[in-house]
Amino acid sequence: MRLNGRFGRFGGCFVPEILVPALEQLEGAFLAAQHDPAFASELNELLANYAGRPTPLTRCRNLPGNIYLKREDLLHGGAHKTNQVLGQGLLARRMGKTRLIAETGAGQHGVATAIVGALLGFETVIYMGAEDVERQKLNVFRMQLMGAQVVPVESGGRTLKDAINEALRDWSASFETTHYLLGTAAGPHPFPTMVREFQRVIGREARAQMLDQTGRLPDAVIACVGGGSNAIGLFADFLDDPVRLVGVEAAGKGLDGEEHGATLLRGTHGILHGAETYVLQDEEGQIADTWSVSAGLDYPAVGPEHAHLKDSGRAEYVGCTDAEALAAFKALAESEGILCAFESAHALAHALKLAEAEPDSAILVGLSGRGDKDVTQAQALLA
Amino acid sequence: MSRYADMFDRLNGQGAFGAFLMLGDPDLETSARRLDALVEGGADMVEVGIPFSDPVADGPVIQAAAQRALAAGVRVGDCFDLIAGFRQHHPHVPIGILTYANIVVARAGFMSDAAEAGADSLLIADVPALEAEPFVRDMEQAGIEPVLIAAANTPEPTLRRIAELSSAYTYCVSRAGITGTHAGGQFDAALIHRLTAAGAPPPVFGFGISAPEHVGAALAAGAKGVICGSAIIDCAQRGGDLREIVRALKAATGNESATQ
Repeated sequence: MRLNGRFGRFGGCFVPEILVPALEQLEGAFLAAQHDPAFASELNELLANYAGRPTPLTRCRNLPGNIYLKREDLLHGGAHKTNQVLGQGLLARRMGKTRLIAETGAGQHGVATAIVGALLGFETVIYMGAEDVERQKLNVFRMQLMGAQVVPVESGGRTLKDAINEALRDWSASFETTHYLLGTAAGPHPFPTMVREFQRVIGREARAQMLDQTGRLPDAVIACVGGGSNAIGLFADFLDDPVRLVGVEAAGKGLDGEEHGATLLRGTHGILHGAETYVLQDEEGQIADTWSVSAGLDYPAVGPEHAHLKDSGRAEYVGCTDAEALAAFKALAESEGILCAFESAHALAHALKLAEAEPDSAILVGLSGRGDKDVTQAQALLA
Repeated sequence: MSRYADMFDRLNGQGAFGAFLMLGDPDLETSARRLDALVEGGADMVEVGIPFSDPVADGPVIQAAAQRALAAGVRVGDCFDLIAGFRQHHPHVPIGILTYANIVVARAGFMSDAAEAGADSLLIADVPALEAEPFVRDMEQAGIEPVLIAAANTPEPTLRRIAELSSAYTYCVSRAGITGTHAGGQFDAALIHRLTAAGAPPPVFGFGISAPEHVGAALAAGAKGVICGSAIIDCAQRGGDLREIVRALKAATGNESATQ
């Protein structure tokens, strides 16, 4: 490896030896592409004319305080995921791979991978926990419409972490022809660094848009954190600014119980899915079951850069319960006419708390995805 | 001299037969009996898994074995007790642990507890040579021999690193992918030559060893031994006699009289 792949004590490359050459090849392709104007120009063209960048920055007219929304919900595919699947798709083609595999929880990353598979002509296989396949039939059909094969994963708890396990198992046999298009800024090096770089565009645009619209930087930047890709993408260009960075984890049914996905707040040091990071686990190192109303935050590990930002104190991490997220989801719909993803509603819920305490602060919120996927669930929960 | 070095010495060129079981599968008592059966069947070395909830390097058979053990409430301390019992019954048979990084880092003193129980080696499936150094240092301090994995696609500098860091034996994966009987191995003589040239510990093939002809092919490629896991667990699950399957596979390691 040419980069060290560490964020303080976190990160690294904890995979079976057989996969190390594939990760080295990926790092090499990523670094070469970073210096290749042709790569940047094709990616930028796709981001602009296919995916719809730049996304708007919207000032909330009716919610209290000064809340600005970075509208990744308006991106093609309905979430920030599209930014980085386009980047990884182009890298996969550059490496001569013909097949993409990916994991998905609720199906958002699976849909994004199916999009890039159709667009760039890859055979695409999506691993999805059998439990999730049952719960998210519509997203399964979306992926299939775009030509992807969805494989239900029956092992373990049959959810996202098991889908990642299965994708890693596939990749350890198929890496010659296949790129593993990991869905977040977690996993082994170089994924956390690479995914951050492909998502950095969120914060770069938002920073310029804030300066343009308000003449100043925001006081606080808030994003939800599951694996952490939208948060790290939003934070990256603000790291050197005098700006509070706040990551919001899923507190689920409450941080005092066991039904949450608050890895940074309640997890302990461990190694999962290729990286040294915070992990929700028992005292023997067995991985815990997690819970969140939003499938995208329902993951027992977290990107290693967030673990480092937490320990170094540069970012703060807070929790938001299912109930608080639902209330924010409803408030945004009623006040602003925007249906956001349950994941994004966690960030908004914390922004609303902050706006109440500091009505004059300018608060930038990463609205990472749109809520169409959550409407059925919202109907059941809010009715 | 270590138990592994002793064993290779004693075998005097005959291939070593290693048998793998998941500790605590399906319960502690049965697991202890099965470990004894491996030795009674003629296993030269025994490799044991400590169950982990998310074993990414394992196929369905070993995944299910780990799940059964965890469902039975088996804890890491129980696994060390099983190893200690084995060590008492079989003072000369090398026993090595195969597990995952999170299990090791979760327990302060994992290496010394393993050594105290009588384990000889430790292979951590998701710690490649690149990340191995701090783990190897702890193993050496505790008196456990580090085992690392090599594959056909492992580049030369990594093989040299494996040679520097590990002892006991080198676990050679016979094919890409995960453990299991779903596919046979490619017993790559080139890998054995490259490992020997790099000065690595004795190469032993694992993955895809489920029949006597696999054992023969692996040894013909120059390996010093083989490890069979999924086929043995499969046999136990079907109620078969572990002594018989071990005996049949061990018989393919060469001239029996060489050990006399």
